[in-house]
Amino acid sequence: MSGHEINPNKWIDLYSDYLFNYTITRVKDRETAQDLVQETFFAGLKSMKNFKGEASERTWLISILKRKIIDYYRKINSKKGKAEVRMNLNFDAEDDGDWLEQRVADPFDKTAENNLENTELGLAIHNCIGKLPSKQAEVFKMKTLLDYDTETICNELGITASNLWVIIHRARTSLASCMEKNWF
Amino acid sequence: MSKGFKLFMSCKEAVNTCDKAQYGEVTLLDKIKHTIHLFYCKTCQKYSANNKKLTELVNKPEVDCLKKSEKEQLQYNFKKELENHQ
Repeated sequence: MSGHEINPNKWIDLYSDYLFNYTITRVKDRETAQDLVQETFFAGLKSMKNFKGEASERTWLISILKRKIIDYYRKINSKKGKAEVRMNLNFDAEDDGDWLEQRVADPFDKTAENNLENTELGLAIHNCIGKLPSKQAEVFKMKTLLDYDTETICNELGITASNLWVIIHRARTSLASCMEKNWF
Repeated sequence: MSKGFKLFMSCKEAVNTCDKAQYGEVTLLDKIKHTIHLFYCKTCQKYSANNKKLTELVNKPEVDCLKKSEKEQLQYNFKKELENHQ
């Protein structure tokens, strides 16, 4: 079926951040998340012929990724033949939760809904970033999400500081209106 | 720098200051001037509020993306796999 345009060369640029964000909110471990994203791309490559073009490429990749994440949890849970579900729910501190007091529900903790909302937030933002021109998207990601110094970015991309601020401004304006439409 | 002291900034400057403020890269003087500007400029008030909201969203820990090195690694592995595939 050659009628459905599918172009794996662009996958990494277009979808890797989106898929990574999807994974990181579910597995909480950077390296695992990275591996899962990579496996997803590989699997996508393998089953490219089965892609019917009914959904967008990204939706299709996400559906593969979902299976990968489920498989991952199955694997770690079955390692010692234990029936318990081992999921790391407290992701901000590794040594938390050993004391009984810490296992009691914390009323000031984020609610499940809150967490769900934030899980979707990352995707919404990456969705909006994906609509930006690639240069703006790149600069915005480096500056905002990766916290690079202005100087580092300027050196790496060969632009001036005022140039950078113009790009950032444009990116922020379109992002704000995109999020206004899709999020608030 | 040698423009002399101006208490009022233009909207263009205000917007620029606001953007920089989202990354904590503003001098105190500019901050004060920006606050003064916001007193009388409705448009910039709105921009500033929206900008702050965006920053709050983006700074949540759930918003993450691949580091440059991680992405390059991914790209590299993927290219190899792609070559095998064809």
